[in-house]
Amino acid sequence: MTAARAPVAEGQAPPAPPPRSTPTLEAPTLEARGVAVEAGGRRLLSGVDLALGAGELVGLVGPNGAGKSTLLRALTGMVPLAAGSVTLGGRALSSVARRERAKHVAVVQQLPEAPHSITVAELVLLGRYPHLGLLGRESARDRDYAADAMRRAGCLALAGRELGTLSGGERRRAFIARALAQEPTLLLLDEPTAHLDVAAQAELFAVLRELAAGGAGVLVVAHDLTLAAVHCERLLLLAGGRVVAHGPPEAVVSAENVARVYGAGVEVIADPRGGGPLVVPARERFRE
Amino acid sequence: MRRALERPSHARDPGRPRHRGARGHRDRPRHPDRRGRVSARGRARELAGGATFASQRRASLPPLALAGALLLAVAAFALTRGAAAIPPATALGVLLERLPLLPFEVDAPATWERIVLEVRLPRVVAAGIVGAALGFAGASYQGVFRNPLAEPFLLGVSSGAALGAAIAILSPLPTGAYGFSWVPAFAFAGAALTVVLVYLLARAGAAANDATLILAGVALSAVLSAATSFLLLTGGEQARPIFSFLFGGFNTATWQRIAIGTPYIVAGAAVVALHARVLDVLQLDSEQAGQLGVNVNRVRLTVLAAASLMAATAVAMAGIIGFVGLIVPHAVRMLVGAGHARLLPLAALVGASLLIAADVVARTALAPQEVPVGIVTALAGGPFFLYLLRAHRAGLGPR
Repeated sequence: MTAARAPVAEGQAPPAPPPRSTPTLEAPTLEARGVAVEAGGRRLLSGVDLALGAGELVGLVGPNGAGKSTLLRALTGMVPLAAGSVTLGGRALSSVARRERAKHVAVVQQLPEAPHSITVAELVLLGRYPHLGLLGRESARDRDYAADAMRRAGCLALAGRELGTLSGGERRRAFIARALAQEPTLLLLDEPTAHLDVAAQAELFAVLRELAAGGAGVLVVAHDLTLAAVHCERLLLLAGGRVVAHGPPEAVVSAENVARVYGAGVEVIADPRGGGPLVVPARERFRE
Repeated sequence: MRRALERPSHARDPGRPRHRGARGHRDRPRHPDRRGRVSARGRARELAGGATFASQRRASLPPLALAGALLLAVAAFALTRGAAAIPPATALGVLLERLPLLPFEVDAPATWERIVLEVRLPRVVAAGIVGAALGFAGASYQGVFRNPLAEPFLLGVSSGAALGAAIAILSPLPTGAYGFSWVPAFAFAGAALTVVLVYLLARAGAAANDATLILAGVALSAVLSAATSFLLLTGGEQARPIFSFLFGGFNTATWQRIAIGTPYIVAGAAVVALHARVLDVLQLDSEQAGQLGVNVNRVRLTVLAAASLMAATAVAMAGIIGFVGLIVPHAVRMLVGAGHARLLPLAALVGASLLIAADVVARTALAPQEVPVGIVTALAGGPFFLYLLRAHRAGLGPR
């Protein structure tokens, strides 16, 4: 079931993590083992293994309904597991207190909601919530963290803008900054490039690469295999709730795997610039 | 349900120019140099305002001080109005004389002192406390449901209280206007039982969520209102006092009643106040709030329970007074934004001012007859609310 599994990054030595305000769990690894999820009698995921450590940019790819979002939700404890386990730094996720979890794992959902009239700065500051005390008052330090999160997500210039006035790409960055303000060691994003134009998609991946280079572990759900293959160090290809392939992009986005998962409508060609795989619409049927 | 009721936001309209002058610029042909200059200026402005956050962007003290001053002014004015022809200066003097450290001496007959201190003052204080409770509880409800049309009677507090009061009024229990009465006790019990029942009904089978809570509240309210109407129709002359409960009023305000009710209101407010920042986080969707470490269901139920306690106490003290818990928090939010640390105390102060003013109208407009204060709040509050909505939508209102 887990075909073509390449060695996973467990042995890699993570780069030194950035200084953190809460040294309880140092740069923990988020790990799923044999995870299965059921809903309404249907099995959405079965036997999924995945580990996400510091400094990695991992892509989660697969067709619609493959279980990508479900896996993301399972990794954050938002859905009950039918089998298997999810651990954070070796501890079962369910035994880690919510706040503790929020200090290490941040999530950017596909369509996050927030009031239209709040400013980007106000939204990002909400990301400091897990670090606040009983009365929930932010200090100047919290504001510094929020400003830094906006800088890293490339939206510092938008700080005073109301959310309702932002474009899709700007909005996405604001929510990424909101997640970064949590000071997470691990950042999970559900299709952050959806509805973005090609330039905005590339810019967004550049932001994610920078985050990974800075020591964060980043897991990104992506629809665009080519884009994911270009930017991610490692891909996990899901189909029908099972892992089809897991490893370096060239191995995962192979002609064989793509044909198996996506059918005959697409094919894989080599990047003529001498790079990795490009997934393009199949030409045969349209040739004269 | 929530989507249909969502707060109107001009910000959603992308066609609306954000800055004055932007429109003129848009209509002009775009010269690269000109455009570059304008956008650079806009960028600088954004950066200048850029690193600002809520606490700096909107200073919170001036609105609070203003609202406090308004409350004091309205309360002082209310104290000088009434059926007895007491000169305003004397009426205030009677009160100030009692305060420590103030060198005040007033020559007033004992009856005037009695009227000011035992009739007018408790009335003003009760209206202030009830108004503050309704404004505060309304802001809490709106925060929990993320809906500006939520109000403190949404989960059946008013219908439960009405039925409780109706039962007490029709029963052979004593219902004296002064001294102890079973009516507020029954009203409070009815309100509290109803909210608990709504929660249990909403929870049946699964966790209570927005929709099931509201639906259970609406359904149970309909049943209880029908029962109250039945009692009204069949109760004959003895049922008439039920009407005055249904429209609220402070003609039964006594220090005793204030002393019994206030602790519940203060306790409820304290619990909600501890959750002010969490309520801000809850304005995101519940999944985000959960990922930020918030136990969403626990926070919601805690805040709803505390706010319902406040509303139930307010209803027990003064009957059913509509509109205050709906329009006050909404109006305050339009003026100062949605941060609950600002919103909650301001909603309390404005609610208190509004209800004290409404009570002045209620007891003087058709004197010596009293108009139920709930009718005054609805008559005055409705149009004002519509004005606010229009002004806000047209971009004229302060943001």
